[in-house]
Amino acid sequence: MNSDMFIQHFFNALMLGSLYGLIAIGYTMVYGILRLINFAHGDIFMLGSYFVFFGVTAFHMPWWAAALFSIVATAATGIMVDRVAYRPLREAPRISALISAIGVSFFIENMCLVLFTGVPKPMPRLEALVQVLQFGNIRILPLTLIVPVVSFLLVAGLLWMLYRTKPGLAMRAISKDIETTRLMGVKVNRIIALTFAIGSALAAAAGIMWALRYPQINPFMGVMPGFKAFIAAVFGGIGSVQGAMIGGLILGFMEIMIVAFFPALSGYRDAFAFILLILILFVKPTGLMGEKLEDKI
Amino acid sequence: MLKIENLKVRYGGIQAIRGISLEVPLGKIVTLIGANGAGKSSTLRSIAGLVKSKSGTISWKEKNITTMLPEEILAQGVALCPEGRRIFPQLTVLENLKLGAYIRSDKNAVEESIERAFKLFPRLKERSWQKGGTLSGGEQQMLALARALMSDPELLMMDEPSLGLAPLLVEEVFRVIREINKEGKTVLLVEQNAFGALQIADYAYVLEVGEITLEGKGEDLLRDERVISAYLGG
Repeated sequence: MNSDMFIQHFFNALMLGSLYGLIAIGYTMVYGILRLINFAHGDIFMLGSYFVFFGVTAFHMPWWAAALFSIVATAATGIMVDRVAYRPLREAPRISALISAIGVSFFIENMCLVLFTGVPKPMPRLEALVQVLQFGNIRILPLTLIVPVVSFLLVAGLLWMLYRTKPGLAMRAISKDIETTRLMGVKVNRIIALTFAIGSALAAAAGIMWALRYPQINPFMGVMPGFKAFIAAVFGGIGSVQGAMIGGLILGFMEIMIVAFFPALSGYRDAFAFILLILILFVKPTGLMGEKLEDKI
Repeated sequence: MLKIENLKVRYGGIQAIRGISLEVPLGKIVTLIGANGAGKSSTLRSIAGLVKSKSGTISWKEKNITTMLPEEILAQGVALCPEGRRIFPQLTVLENLKLGAYIRSDKNAVEESIERAFKLFPRLKERSWQKGGTLSGGEQQMLALARALMSDPELLMMDEPSLGLAPLLVEEVFRVIREINKEGKTVLLVEQNAFGALQIADYAYVLEVGEITLEGKGEDLLRDERVISAYLGG
């Protein structure tokens, strides 16, 4: 491999990794607050892609409006999932909510299968973003450069919200002690809804960018990125936003580089993520930046 | 006045409170003493809205608050400083205090309250940027009290504020409670340290297995034979 190739792979990895990171944040935030692994999160990501697709094709919206529509609609879906499937189980044993999450995941996938059929929908190209840029021998799509920038801006905004605003303070408090937070006068269910909204909005952002980069959308497209983002969240230390982003990047780099350096192994591309998961759980179950867990699911 | 009539609470399948009635007049310190498991914490938690399966009436200033949510009860001016301090270990001292003022939107008033808290507990000012989890037990208790005061409540309920503290700090806690009361706050204090509590209380109730068995002025109960033998190690 020459250095030009490496640079191309580097940017591809950066792009893929930041998408994993964006999705992983949704897992990590919900887990941080409810100790719940929201298995439907990958499907929320998939809905983000469909919403932008329909925004552009069915409603003939301009791109920016379709993106905004997708983010709002996906956030609303996230809040609804919490309201319908998780909130009634708040006092129930944790495993009940987990099973409910798996149910929601299957429900969303199959509902989309019925509504949109399993035939992949071709995402319209956004020409400005997919005109190859040529730097010497390096060929890169503008999209590949834009995705990490957008992702980092979103994460910076989220961190600002978490550490500089009142709802952010409440979120960090709930993740440690929900009952005492309630005693402080925090409307806990509202903060939880906000958490789902933010996590889902970030997943939608990832879904939009994913659909632009890999322009075939189908009802099961969220499954594998969802699993990988979950692994990224565990790797980074579930509960930590920074950890989720770092975990996502590492996973993206691992996936791209292994295939780049060992083309023969490319068929195992998805398997590496799971091998990584098993290794982390053996070696450092709390992840890179995670705090000690009292009890795990 | 806080008025409880015939409060019954079920807690994990057990009848924790078997119909108690008590009153906390404005501006007074009232204490609830009793052994472990007598139902003292359940009483406070019920008033604060954390316990759902309860019957009877709890009213505060003529208003029925029995079925209100914790945040609504806090907005009525009734705050609970929970047992075991329950400060947020990963938040700084200042963040803990700000969270205590969550329901207040007037930023200047909150700043004033923070200043007042620092005056009452100078140690907290020195440590305002430290994480709550790094404080000593006594400092954590001070932070918990300061945090409960941040919503500027009229009635402050305290659940075992002296628990697990060294004797000198216990004295300090009782001194602070008296000071808080002097500033005009009504206090409902739950304590295992009956001696300390009765000394500062205007009125006291003795709770035994979910029932009130004795009540009277603090100083009277301090001299009561039954209280002495059961709670004061006489």
